[in-house]
Amino acid sequence: MAYTISEKILMAHAGKKDISPGEFIEANVDVALGNDITAPIAIAEFKKAGFTKVFNKNKIVLVPDHFAPAKDLKSANQCKILANFAKEQGIKNYFEIGCMGIEHALLPELGLVLPGDLVIGADSHTCTYGALGCYSTGVGSTDLARAFVDGKIWLKVPASVKFIYTGKLNKWAGGKDLILFTIGKIGVDGALYKSMEFAGPVIKKLGMDDRFSMSNMAIEAGARAGLIEPDEITKKYVAGFKRKSRFYKSDPDANYEKIYEWDTTKIEPQVACPHLPSNVKGVSELSDVKLDQVVIGSCTNGRISDLRIAAKILKGKKIKAGLKLIVIPATQKIYLEAVREGLAEIFVRAGGVFSTPTCGPCLGGHVGILTEGEVALATTNRNFIGRMGSPKSFVYLSNPAVAAASAIRGKIIHPEAL
Amino acid sequence: MIIKGKVHKFGDDINTDDIIAAKYLVSTDAVELGRHCMETISPDFVSKVSPGDIIVAGKNFGCGSSREHAPLAIKGCGVSAVVAKSFAAIFFRNAINIGLPFLEMGKIEQINEGDSLEIDLDSGIIKNLSQNQIYKTQAFPKFLQEIVGEGGLMSWIKSKRSG
Repeated sequence: MAYTISEKILMAHAGKKDISPGEFIEANVDVALGNDITAPIAIAEFKKAGFTKVFNKNKIVLVPDHFAPAKDLKSANQCKILANFAKEQGIKNYFEIGCMGIEHALLPELGLVLPGDLVIGADSHTCTYGALGCYSTGVGSTDLARAFVDGKIWLKVPASVKFIYTGKLNKWAGGKDLILFTIGKIGVDGALYKSMEFAGPVIKKLGMDDRFSMSNMAIEAGARAGLIEPDEITKKYVAGFKRKSRFYKSDPDANYEKIYEWDTTKIEPQVACPHLPSNVKGVSELSDVKLDQVVIGSCTNGRISDLRIAAKILKGKKIKAGLKLIVIPATQKIYLEAVREGLAEIFVRAGGVFSTPTCGPCLGGHVGILTEGEVALATTNRNFIGRMGSPKSFVYLSNPAVAAASAIRGKIIHPEAL
Repeated sequence: MIIKGKVHKFGDDINTDDIIAAKYLVSTDAVELGRHCMETISPDFVSKVSPGDIIVAGKNFGCGSSREHAPLAIKGCGVSAVVAKSFAAIFFRNAINIGLPFLEMGKIEQINEGDSLEIDLDSGIIKNLSQNQIYKTQAFPKFLQEIVGEGGLMSWIKSKRSG
Protein backbone atom coordinates (compact mmCIF):
# COMPACT_ATOMS: atom_id res chain seq x y z
CA MET A 1 0.00 0.00 0.00
CA ALA A 2 1.00 3.59 -0.64
CA TYR A 3 0.37 6.35 1.88
CA THR A 4 0.55 10.11 2.19
CA ILE A 5 2.73 11.69 4.84
CA SER A 6 -0.38 12.40 6.98
CA GLU A 7 -1.48 8.78 6.78
CA LYS A 8 2.00 7.52 7.70
CA ILE A 9 2.20 9.73 10.79
CA LEU A 10 -1.31 8.80 11.93
CA MET A 11 -0.64 5.12 11.31
CA ALA A 12 2.54 5.22 13.41
CA HIS A 13 0.77 6.98 16.29
CA ALA A 14 -2.25 4.69 16.23
CA GLY A 15 -0.08 1.57 16.12
CA LYS A 16 -1.75 0.40 12.92
CA LYS A 17 -0.37 -1.37 9.87
CA ASP A 18 -2.93 0.06 7.50
CA ILE A 19 -5.12 3.11 7.46
CA SER A 20 -7.65 4.68 5.15
CA PRO A 21 -9.49 8.01 4.95
CA GLY A 22 -12.79 8.10 6.84
CA GLU A 23 -11.61 5.58 9.44
CA PHE A 24 -11.86 6.49 13.14
CA ILE A 25 -8.67 5.93 15.09
CA GLU A 26 -7.37 6.49 18.59
CA ALA A 27 -3.83 7.84 18.44
CA ASN A 28 -1.08 8.76 20.91
CA VAL A 29 -0.04 12.39 20.86
CA ASP A 30 3.52 13.69 21.23
CA VAL A 31 2.38 17.12 22.34
CA ALA A 32 -0.91 18.44 23.75
CA LEU A 33 -1.17 22.24 23.81
CA GLY A 34 -3.54 24.69 25.48
CA ASN A 35 -3.74 28.46 25.90
CA ASP A 36 -5.36 30.93 28.30
CA ILE A 37 -8.71 30.70 26.51
CA THR A 38 -8.99 26.97 25.91
CA ALA A 39 -7.01 25.35 28.73
CA PRO A 40 -9.19 26.66 31.59
CA ILE A 41 -12.14 24.63 30.20
CA ALA A 42 -9.88 21.60 29.70
CA ILE A 43 -8.56 21.82 33.25
CA ALA A 44 -12.09 22.20 34.64
CA GLU A 45 -13.33 19.19 32.64
CA PHE A 46 -10.31 17.11 33.70
CA LYS A 47 -11.02 17.84 37.37
CA LYS A 48 -14.80 17.59 37.09
CA ALA A 49 -14.40 14.06 35.75
CA GLY A 50 -12.40 13.20 38.86
CA PHE A 51 -8.91 12.91 37.38
CA THR A 52 -5.97 14.13 39.43
CA LYS A 53 -2.76 13.40 37.53
CA VAL A 54 -1.89 14.11 33.88
CA PHE A 55 -0.60 11.20 31.79
CA ASN A 56 2.81 12.76 31.12
CA LYS A 57 3.84 16.16 32.40
CA ASN A 58 6.50 16.49 29.70
CA LYS A 59 4.10 16.21 26.79
CA ILE A 60 1.79 19.02 27.86
CA VAL A 61 2.45 22.62 26.85
CA LEU A 62 0.55 25.58 28.30
CA VAL A 63 0.95 29.08 26.85
CA PRO A 64 -1.02 32.09 28.05
CA ASP A 65 -0.82 34.23 24.90
CA HIS A 66 -4.27 35.32 23.75
CA PHE A 67 -5.22 37.80 26.47
CA ALA A 68 -1.76 37.90 28.05
CA PRO A 69 -0.18 39.94 29.55
CA ALA A 70 -3.56 39.80 31.30
CA LYS A 71 -5.78 42.43 29.75
CA ASP A 72 -8.27 42.55 32.59
CA LEU A 73 -9.27 40.82 35.82
CA LYS A 74 -11.12 37.96 34.14
CA SER A 75 -8.21 37.14 31.83
CA ALA A 76 -5.84 37.36 34.80
CA ASN A 77 -7.96 34.66 36.43
CA GLN A 78 -7.77 32.48 33.31
CA CYS A 79 -3.99 32.86 33.08
CA LYS A 80 -3.72 32.02 36.78
CA ILE A 81 -5.62 28.75 36.22
CA LEU A 82 -2.87 27.68 33.79
CA ALA A 83 -0.07 28.73 36.14
CA ASN A 84 -1.64 26.85 39.05
CA PHE A 85 -2.28 23.70 37.03
CA ALA A 86 1.30 23.71 35.69
CA LYS A 87 2.66 24.03 39.22
CA GLU A 88 0.37 21.37 40.65
CA GLN A 89 1.14 18.87 37.85
CA GLY A 90 4.83 19.70 37.46
CA ILE A 91 4.39 20.78 33.84
CA LYS A 92 7.64 22.50 32.93
CA ASN A 93 6.48 23.68 29.52
CA TYR A 94 4.36 26.46 30.95
CA PHE A 95 5.44 29.84 29.63
CA GLU A 96 4.80 32.87 31.79
CA ILE A 97 5.13 36.33 30.20
CA GLY A 98 8.81 37.05 29.90
CA CYS A 99 9.45 33.71 28.28
CA MET A 100 6.04 33.49 26.63
CA GLY A 101 5.40 34.00 22.94
CA ILE A 102 2.53 33.36 20.55
CA GLU A 103 2.18 29.61 20.91
CA HIS A 104 2.51 28.71 17.23
CA ALA A 105 5.75 30.67 16.88
CA LEU A 106 7.07 29.59 20.28
CA LEU A 107 6.73 25.81 20.07
CA PRO A 108 8.73 25.35 16.84
CA GLU A 109 11.32 27.88 18.01
CA LEU A 110 11.95 25.82 21.16
CA GLY A 111 11.90 22.49 19.33
CA LEU A 112 8.86 21.33 21.28
CA VAL A 113 7.23 20.19 18.01
CA LEU A 114 9.24 18.22 15.50
CA PRO A 115 8.92 16.48 12.13
CA GLY A 116 6.97 13.23 12.38
CA ASP A 117 5.10 14.25 15.55
CA LEU A 118 1.39 14.01 16.19
CA VAL A 119 0.46 17.29 17.82
CA ILE A 120 -2.91 18.40 19.09
CA GLY A 121 -3.64 21.87 20.33
CA ALA A 122 -6.78 23.47 21.66
CA ASP A 123 -6.32 26.27 19.17
CA SER A 124 -7.35 26.16 15.55
CA HIS A 125 -4.00 27.43 14.26
CA THR A 126 -2.21 24.40 15.68
CA CYS A 127 -2.03 23.34 12.01
CA THR A 128 0.96 25.74 11.75
CA TYR A 129 3.45 23.01 12.71
CA GLY A 130 2.52 21.00 9.61
CA ALA A 131 5.22 23.12 7.97
CA LEU A 132 7.74 20.91 9.79
CA GLY A 133 6.25 17.72 8.36
CA CYS A 134 4.28 16.69 11.42
CA TYR A 135 0.55 16.01 11.71
CA SER A 136 -0.68 18.85 13.79
CA THR A 137 -4.30 19.69 14.29
CA GLY A 138 -6.61 21.99 16.20
CA VAL A 139 -9.03 20.41 18.66
CA GLY A 140 -11.36 21.57 21.41
CA SER A 141 -10.91 21.96 25.14
CA THR A 142 -12.56 18.63 25.99
CA ASP A 143 -10.21 16.87 23.56
CA LEU A 144 -7.35 18.47 25.46
CA ALA A 145 -8.87 17.36 28.80
CA ARG A 146 -9.03 13.81 27.50
CA ALA A 147 -5.43 13.98 26.27
CA PHE A 148 -4.43 15.11 29.77
CA VAL A 149 -5.92 11.81 31.01
CA ASP A 150 -4.31 9.26 28.69
CA GLY A 151 -2.39 11.09 25.97
CA LYS A 152 -4.80 10.00 23.28
CA ILE A 153 -7.06 11.64 20.74
CA TRP A 154 -9.87 10.29 18.57
CA LEU A 155 -9.45 11.20 14.93
CA LYS A 156 -11.21 10.58 11.68
CA VAL A 157 -8.45 9.96 9.16
CA PRO A 158 -8.71 12.76 6.59
CA ALA A 159 -8.33 12.34 2.86
CA SER A 160 -5.30 14.20 1.52
CA VAL A 161 -5.36 16.94 -1.10
CA LYS A 162 -2.15 18.05 -2.81
CA PHE A 163 -1.29 21.59 -3.87
CA ILE A 164 1.64 21.91 -6.27
CA TYR A 165 3.17 25.34 -6.86
CA THR A 166 5.43 25.78 -9.89
CA GLY A 167 7.12 28.68 -11.66
CA LYS A 168 8.69 31.69 -9.99
CA LEU A 169 7.57 33.59 -6.95
CA ASN A 170 6.96 37.34 -7.31
CA LYS A 171 9.55 39.48 -5.53
CA TRP A 172 6.94 40.86 -3.10
CA ALA A 173 5.03 37.61 -2.58
CA GLY A 174 5.67 34.88 -0.02
CA GLY A 175 4.03 32.03 1.85
CA LYS A 176 1.19 34.28 2.98
CA ASP A 177 0.33 35.13 -0.62
CA LEU A 178 0.43 31.51 -1.72
CA ILE A 179 -1.99 30.47 1.00
CA LEU A 180 -4.32 33.46 0.48
CA PHE A 181 -4.32 32.71 -3.25
CA THR A 182 -5.14 29.07 -2.49
CA ILE A 183 -7.98 29.91 -0.09
CA GLY A 184 -9.29 32.40 -2.64
CA LYS A 185 -9.40 29.62 -5.23
CA ILE A 186 -10.92 26.83 -3.13
CA GLY A 187 -12.96 28.78 -0.55
CA VAL A 188 -13.24 28.65 3.24
CA ASP A 189 -14.50 25.08 3.08
CA GLY A 190 -12.48 24.09 0.02
CA ALA A 191 -10.48 21.57 2.04
CA LEU A 192 -13.13 20.77 4.66
CA TYR A 193 -11.94 17.86 6.79
CA LYS A 194 -8.97 17.24 4.46
CA SER A 195 -5.25 17.18 5.05
CA MET A 196 -3.61 19.71 2.73
CA GLU A 197 -0.14 18.95 1.42
CA PHE A 198 1.87 21.83 -0.06
CA ALA A 199 4.48 20.77 -2.60
CA GLY A 200 6.36 21.69 -5.75
CA PRO A 201 9.51 23.64 -6.65
CA VAL A 202 8.23 26.93 -5.21
CA ILE A 203 7.69 25.33 -1.79
CA LYS A 204 11.12 23.69 -1.89
CA LYS A 205 12.67 27.17 -2.06
CA LEU A 206 10.55 28.70 0.70
CA GLY A 207 12.19 29.40 4.05
CA MET A 208 10.66 28.03 7.26
CA ASP A 209 8.94 31.29 8.26
CA ASP A 210 7.04 31.37 4.95
CA ARG A 211 6.18 27.70 5.31
CA PHE A 212 4.74 28.33 8.77
CA SER A 213 2.56 31.12 7.31
CA MET A 214 1.17 28.71 4.75
CA SER A 215 0.43 25.80 7.07
CA ASN A 216 -0.96 28.25 9.64
CA MET A 217 -3.88 29.17 7.40
CA ALA A 218 -4.82 25.63 6.27
CA ILE A 219 -7.66 25.89 8.81
CA GLU A 220 -8.99 28.90 6.88
CA ALA A 221 -9.79 26.47 4.05
CA GLY A 222 -11.46 24.12 6.56
CA ALA A 223 -8.54 21.66 6.62
CA ARG A 224 -7.52 19.48 9.56
CA ALA A 225 -3.84 19.91 8.74
CA GLY A 226 -1.48 21.52 6.24
CA LEU A 227 1.74 19.62 5.73
CA ILE A 228 4.99 20.20 3.91
CA GLU A 229 7.29 17.26 3.35
CA PRO A 230 10.47 17.78 5.38
CA ASP A 231 13.59 18.54 3.34
CA GLU A 232 17.05 20.03 3.87
CA ILE A 233 15.54 23.35 5.00
CA THR A 234 13.48 21.52 7.63
CA LYS A 235 16.46 19.43 8.73
CA LYS A 236 18.57 22.53 9.20
CA TYR A 237 15.80 24.18 11.24
CA VAL A 238 15.49 21.27 13.67
CA ALA A 239 19.18 20.29 13.71
CA GLY A 240 19.93 21.70 17.16
CA PHE A 241 17.01 20.13 18.99
CA LYS A 242 17.49 17.24 21.38
CA ARG A 243 14.39 15.14 20.77
CA LYS A 244 14.54 12.97 17.66
CA SER A 245 12.71 13.93 14.47
CA ARG A 246 11.11 11.42 12.12
CA PHE A 247 11.17 12.47 8.50
CA TYR A 248 8.20 11.01 6.64
CA LYS A 249 7.62 11.35 2.92
CA SER A 250 4.51 10.65 0.89
CA ASP A 251 4.76 7.62 -1.37
CA PRO A 252 4.88 8.52 -5.09
CA ASP A 253 1.66 6.58 -5.73
CA ALA A 254 -0.12 7.71 -2.56
CA ASN A 255 -3.80 8.47 -2.89
CA TYR A 256 -4.87 12.11 -3.15
CA GLU A 257 -8.52 13.01 -3.38
CA LYS A 258 -7.56 15.94 -5.56
CA ILE A 259 -4.38 17.53 -6.91
CA TYR A 260 -4.20 21.24 -7.74
CA GLU A 261 -1.32 22.73 -9.67
CA TRP A 262 -0.68 26.45 -10.07
CA ASP A 263 2.01 28.51 -11.77
CA THR A 264 2.88 31.19 -9.21
CA THR A 265 4.75 33.46 -11.63
CA LYS A 266 1.77 35.79 -12.07
CA ILE A 267 0.63 35.74 -8.45
CA GLU A 268 1.06 39.27 -7.10
CA PRO A 269 0.74 40.03 -3.38
CA GLN A 270 -2.75 38.97 -2.29
CA VAL A 271 -5.23 40.72 -0.02
CA ALA A 272 -8.23 39.07 1.66
CA CYS A 273 -11.06 41.61 1.85
CA PRO A 274 -13.80 41.74 4.50
CA HIS A 275 -15.33 39.50 5.80
CA LEU A 276 -13.85 36.14 4.78
CA PRO A 277 -10.26 34.93 4.22
CA SER A 278 -11.44 33.58 0.85
CA ASN A 279 -12.51 37.01 -0.42
CA VAL A 280 -9.10 37.43 -2.03
CA LYS A 281 -7.93 39.96 -4.61
CA GLY A 282 -4.55 40.89 -6.08
CA VAL A 283 -3.27 44.00 -4.28
CA SER A 284 -3.31 46.07 -7.48
CA GLU A 285 -7.03 45.43 -7.87
CA LEU A 286 -7.66 47.51 -4.74
CA SER A 287 -7.42 51.17 -5.59
CA ASP A 288 -8.74 53.22 -2.72
CA VAL A 289 -8.96 51.36 0.58
CA LYS A 290 -8.10 53.97 3.23
CA LEU A 291 -6.69 52.62 6.46
CA ASP A 292 -6.98 53.58 10.13
CA GLN A 293 -4.72 50.85 11.44
CA VAL A 294 -2.03 48.42 10.32
CA VAL A 295 -1.11 45.38 12.41
CA ILE A 296 2.07 43.41 11.74
CA GLY A 297 2.31 40.29 13.88
CA SER A 298 0.38 37.13 14.89
CA CYS A 299 1.05 33.40 14.57
CA THR A 300 0.77 33.89 10.80
CA ASN A 301 3.30 36.69 10.24
CA GLY A 302 5.01 37.78 13.45
CA ARG A 303 8.32 36.02 12.83
CA ILE A 304 11.72 37.64 12.37
CA SER A 305 11.73 37.48 8.57
CA ASP A 306 8.30 39.16 8.54
CA LEU A 307 9.63 41.99 10.71
CA ARG A 308 12.73 42.30 8.55
CA ILE A 309 10.63 42.72 5.40
CA ALA A 310 8.44 45.35 7.08
CA ALA A 311 11.44 47.22 8.52
CA LYS A 312 13.19 47.33 5.16
CA ILE A 313 10.20 49.18 3.72
CA LEU A 314 9.66 51.44 6.74
CA LYS A 315 13.32 52.39 7.24
CA GLY A 316 13.72 56.17 7.26
CA LYS A 317 10.04 56.68 6.43
CA LYS A 318 7.05 57.97 8.38
CA ILE A 319 3.67 56.31 8.43
CA LYS A 320 0.67 58.35 7.29
CA ALA A 321 -0.34 60.93 9.89
CA GLY A 322 -3.25 59.66 11.99
CA LEU A 323 -2.71 56.00 11.13
CA LYS A 324 -1.99 53.52 13.91
CA LEU A 325 0.81 51.04 13.24
CA ILE A 326 1.13 48.17 15.72
CA VAL A 327 4.04 45.76 15.38
CA ILE A 328 4.02 42.64 17.55
CA PRO A 329 6.94 40.22 17.47
CA ALA A 330 5.62 36.72 18.08
CA THR A 331 8.13 35.64 20.75
CA GLN A 332 10.66 37.09 23.18
CA LYS A 333 13.48 35.73 21.03
CA ILE A 334 12.10 37.49 17.95
CA TYR A 335 11.60 40.62 20.06
CA LEU A 336 15.27 40.61 21.07
CA GLU A 337 16.44 39.94 17.54
CA ALA A 338 14.34 42.86 16.33
CA VAL A 339 15.89 45.11 18.97
CA ARG A 340 19.42 43.90 18.20
CA GLU A 341 19.01 44.35 14.44
CA GLY A 342 17.58 47.85 14.88
CA LEU A 343 14.17 46.86 13.53
CA ALA A 344 12.33 47.98 16.67
CA GLU A 345 13.86 51.44 16.32
CA ILE A 346 12.79 51.63 12.67
CA PHE A 347 9.17 50.86 13.61
CA VAL A 348 9.13 53.38 16.45
CA ARG A 349 10.84 56.12 14.42
CA ALA A 350 8.33 55.53 11.62
CA GLY A 351 5.55 56.35 14.10
CA GLY A 352 4.50 52.83 15.07
CA VAL A 353 4.32 51.00 18.38
CA PHE A 354 6.36 47.91 19.18
CA SER A 355 4.56 45.56 21.56
CA THR A 356 5.40 42.66 23.81
CA PRO A 357 4.36 39.30 22.27
CA THR A 358 0.61 38.60 22.37
CA CYS A 359 -2.18 37.44 20.05
CA GLY A 360 -3.77 40.75 21.08
CA PRO A 361 -5.68 42.46 18.29
CA CYS A 362 -5.80 39.46 15.94
CA LEU A 363 -8.87 38.12 17.73
CA GLY A 364 -10.07 41.44 19.07
CA GLY A 365 -8.50 40.81 22.46
CA HIS A 366 -6.46 43.91 23.25
CA VAL A 367 -3.58 46.12 21.99
CA GLY A 368 -5.45 47.71 19.09
CA ILE A 369 -9.21 47.13 19.01
CA LEU A 370 -11.11 48.74 16.15
CA THR A 371 -14.09 50.99 16.74
CA GLU A 372 -17.11 51.45 14.48
CA GLY A 373 -16.22 52.34 10.90
CA GLU A 374 -12.47 51.75 11.29
CA VAL A 375 -10.51 49.86 8.65
CA ALA A 376 -7.41 47.78 9.34
CA LEU A 377 -4.90 45.94 7.23
CA ALA A 378 -3.36 43.09 9.21
CA THR A 379 -0.86 40.32 8.61
CA THR A 380 -3.13 38.10 10.71
CA ASN A 381 -5.33 35.21 9.56
CA ARG A 382 -9.03 36.04 9.95
CA ASN A 383 -11.19 38.96 8.87
CA PHE A 384 -14.59 37.79 10.06
CA ILE A 385 -17.19 40.40 11.05
CA GLY A 386 -16.06 42.01 14.30
CA ARG A 387 -12.89 39.93 14.51
CA MET A 388 -10.72 42.91 15.58
CA GLY A 389 -13.38 44.74 17.56
CA SER A 390 -16.58 46.47 16.47
CA PRO A 391 -18.97 44.46 14.29
CA LYS A 392 -18.96 47.60 12.14
CA SER A 393 -15.19 47.60 11.54
CA PHE A 394 -13.33 46.13 8.57
CA VAL A 395 -10.24 43.92 8.40
CA TYR A 396 -8.12 43.22 5.32
CA LEU A 397 -5.36 40.57 5.39
CA SER A 398 -2.00 40.72 3.62
CA ASN A 399 1.70 39.93 3.84
CA PRO A 400 4.07 42.17 5.87
CA ALA A 401 5.47 44.01 2.83
CA VAL A 402 2.02 45.17 1.70
CA ALA A 403 1.15 46.04 5.30
CA ALA A 404 4.28 48.17 5.79
CA ALA A 405 3.97 49.98 2.46
CA SER A 406 0.27 50.62 3.06
CA ALA A 407 1.02 52.08 6.50
CA ILE A 408 3.20 54.72 4.83
CA ARG A 409 0.61 55.64 2.22
CA GLY A 410 -2.43 55.31 4.50
CA LYS A 411 -4.21 53.09 2.02
CA ILE A 412 -3.69 49.63 0.61
CA ILE A 413 -0.94 49.72 -2.01
CA HIS A 414 1.52 47.44 -3.74
CA PRO A 415 4.98 47.84 -2.14
CA GLU A 416 6.30 48.72 -5.61
CA ALA A 417 4.08 51.81 -5.68
CA LEU A 418 6.22 53.51 -3.03
CA MET B 1 -33.47 10.74 21.63
CA ILE B 2 -36.23 13.02 20.28
CA ILE B 3 -35.78 16.78 20.05
CA LYS B 4 -38.56 19.21 19.28
CA GLY B 5 -38.28 22.93 18.58
CA LYS B 6 -38.80 25.98 16.46
CA VAL B 7 -36.32 26.83 13.67
CA HIS B 8 -33.92 29.79 13.59
CA LYS B 9 -32.20 29.96 10.21
CA PHE B 10 -28.67 31.11 9.41
CA GLY B 11 -26.60 31.22 6.21
CA ASP B 12 -23.31 29.65 5.08
CA ASP B 13 -19.93 29.85 6.86
CA ILE B 14 -21.26 30.94 10.25
CA ASN B 15 -17.95 31.24 12.11
CA THR B 16 -17.08 30.89 15.77
CA ASP B 17 -16.60 34.67 16.11
CA ASP B 18 -20.22 35.03 14.95
CA ILE B 19 -21.38 32.41 17.43
CA ILE B 20 -19.49 33.90 20.37
CA ALA B 21 -17.26 36.98 20.04
CA ALA B 22 -13.75 36.77 21.49
CA LYS B 23 -14.44 39.47 24.07
CA TYR B 24 -16.68 37.01 25.92
CA LEU B 25 -14.06 34.23 26.07
CA VAL B 26 -13.08 35.39 29.55
CA SER B 27 -15.95 33.19 30.76
CA THR B 28 -16.31 29.42 30.58
CA ASP B 29 -19.90 29.35 31.85
CA ALA B 30 -22.40 28.10 29.24
CA VAL B 31 -25.29 30.23 30.53
CA GLU B 32 -23.17 33.39 30.59
CA LEU B 33 -21.78 32.64 27.11
CA GLY B 34 -25.31 31.85 25.94
CA ARG B 35 -26.41 35.41 26.68
CA HIS B 36 -24.17 36.60 23.82
CA CYS B 37 -24.73 33.82 21.30
CA MET B 38 -24.81 35.13 17.69
CA GLU B 39 -24.74 38.69 19.06
CA THR B 40 -22.45 40.05 16.32
CA ILE B 41 -24.61 38.95 13.39
CA SER B 42 -28.05 38.76 15.00
CA PRO B 43 -28.27 40.94 18.13
CA ASP B 44 -31.84 39.90 18.99
CA PHE B 45 -31.31 36.16 18.41
CA VAL B 46 -31.02 35.19 22.07
CA SER B 47 -34.23 37.04 22.98
CA LYS B 48 -36.11 35.07 20.29
CA VAL B 49 -34.91 31.62 21.41
CA SER B 50 -37.24 29.43 23.46
CA PRO B 51 -35.71 26.43 25.24
CA GLY B 52 -35.51 23.50 22.81
CA ASP B 53 -35.28 25.57 19.63
CA ILE B 54 -33.18 24.41 16.69
CA ILE B 55 -30.61 26.25 14.57
CA VAL B 56 -30.72 25.41 10.85
CA ALA B 57 -27.77 26.70 8.84
CA GLY B 58 -25.90 26.40 5.56
CA LYS B 59 -22.49 24.92 4.81
CA ASN B 60 -19.36 25.01 7.01
CA PHE B 61 -21.16 25.87 10.26
CA GLY B 62 -18.76 26.72 13.09
CA CYS B 63 -15.70 27.49 10.96
CA GLY B 64 -12.80 29.43 12.44
CA SER B 65 -11.48 29.08 15.94
CA SER B 66 -11.31 25.96 18.12
CA ARG B 67 -13.20 27.66 20.94
CA GLU B 68 -15.49 25.17 22.66
CA HIS B 69 -17.24 28.27 23.95
CA ALA B 70 -19.13 28.24 20.62
CA PRO B 71 -21.12 25.01 21.11
CA LEU B 72 -21.33 25.87 24.84
CA ALA B 73 -22.93 29.24 24.00
CA ILE B 74 -25.42 27.53 21.67
CA LYS B 75 -26.37 25.07 24.40
CA GLY B 76 -26.34 27.81 27.01
CA CYS B 77 -28.89 29.98 25.22
CA GLY B 78 -31.35 27.08 25.13
CA VAL B 79 -30.85 25.71 21.61
CA SER B 80 -31.27 21.93 21.62
CA ALA B 81 -29.74 20.97 18.25
CA VAL B 82 -28.09 22.30 15.09
CA VAL B 83 -28.95 21.09 11.60
CA ALA B 84 -26.59 22.29 8.84
CA LYS B 85 -25.45 21.44 5.33
CA SER B 86 -21.97 20.78 6.69
CA PHE B 87 -19.96 21.47 9.83
CA ALA B 88 -16.40 22.74 10.26
CA ALA B 89 -14.21 19.95 11.61
CA ILE B 90 -13.30 21.34 15.04
CA PHE B 91 -16.88 22.47 15.73
CA PHE B 92 -18.00 18.97 14.73
CA ARG B 93 -15.74 17.28 17.29
CA ASN B 94 -16.49 19.87 19.99
CA ALA B 95 -20.22 19.28 19.56
CA ILE B 96 -19.69 15.51 19.86
CA ASN B 97 -17.40 15.92 22.87
CA ILE B 98 -19.74 18.18 24.85
CA GLY B 99 -22.91 16.44 23.72
CA LEU B 100 -24.56 19.13 21.57
CA PRO B 101 -26.81 17.20 19.18
CA PHE B 102 -26.42 18.02 15.47
CA LEU B 103 -27.22 16.55 12.07
CA GLU B 104 -26.00 17.15 8.54
CA MET B 105 -28.74 17.69 5.98
CA GLY B 106 -28.23 18.62 2.32
CA LYS B 107 -31.42 20.40 1.38
CA ILE B 108 -31.87 22.81 4.28
CA GLU B 109 -33.60 25.22 1.85
CA GLN B 110 -36.75 23.17 2.41
CA ILE B 111 -36.90 24.34 6.01
CA ASN B 112 -38.25 27.81 6.79
CA GLU B 113 -37.62 30.20 9.66
CA GLY B 114 -40.10 29.44 12.44
CA ASP B 115 -40.95 25.88 11.27
CA SER B 116 -41.45 23.30 14.03
CA LEU B 117 -39.12 20.31 13.74
CA GLU B 118 -39.04 16.96 15.50
CA ILE B 119 -35.63 15.28 15.27
CA ASP B 120 -34.97 11.62 16.03
CA LEU B 121 -31.23 11.54 16.65
CA ASP B 122 -30.94 7.76 16.66
CA SER B 123 -32.46 7.31 13.21
CA GLY B 124 -31.47 10.69 11.75
CA ILE B 125 -35.06 11.37 10.72
CA ILE B 126 -36.26 14.97 10.83
CA LYS B 127 -40.00 15.67 10.78
CA ASN B 128 -41.07 19.13 9.69
CA LEU B 129 -44.33 19.46 11.62
CA SER B 130 -45.18 22.82 10.03
CA GLN B 131 -44.89 21.52 6.46
CA ASN B 132 -45.82 17.91 7.15
CA GLN B 133 -42.56 16.73 5.55
CA ILE B 134 -40.02 14.08 6.48
CA TYR B 135 -36.28 14.37 5.77
CA LYS B 136 -33.88 11.46 6.11
CA THR B 137 -30.34 12.25 7.22
CA GLN B 138 -27.34 10.12 8.06
CA ALA B 139 -27.17 9.00 11.69
CA PHE B 140 -23.72 9.27 13.35
CA PRO B 141 -21.13 6.55 12.74
CA LYS B 142 -21.04 3.93 15.50
CA PHE B 143 -17.87 5.25 17.15
CA LEU B 144 -19.34 8.72 17.56
CA GLN B 145 -22.69 7.35 18.75
CA GLU B 146 -20.76 5.59 21.48
CA ILE B 147 -19.28 8.89 22.73
CA VAL B 148 -22.58 10.74 22.43
CA GLY B 149 -24.36 7.82 24.12
CA GLU B 150 -22.08 8.12 27.13
CA GLY B 151 -22.95 11.84 27.36
CA GLY B 152 -19.74 13.22 25.90
CA LEU B 153 -16.02 12.49 25.72
CA MET B 154 -15.11 12.78 29.41
CA SER B 155 -17.89 10.43 30.55
CA TRP B 156 -16.90 8.07 27.73
CA ILE B 157 -13.23 7.99 28.75
CA LYS B 158 -14.21 7.53 32.40
CA SER B 159 -16.40 4.54 31.64
CA LYS B 160 -13.77 3.15 29.26
CA ARG B 161 -11.09 3.33 31.92
CA SER B 162 -13.21 1.89 34.70
CA GLY B 163 -14.57 -0.84 32.43
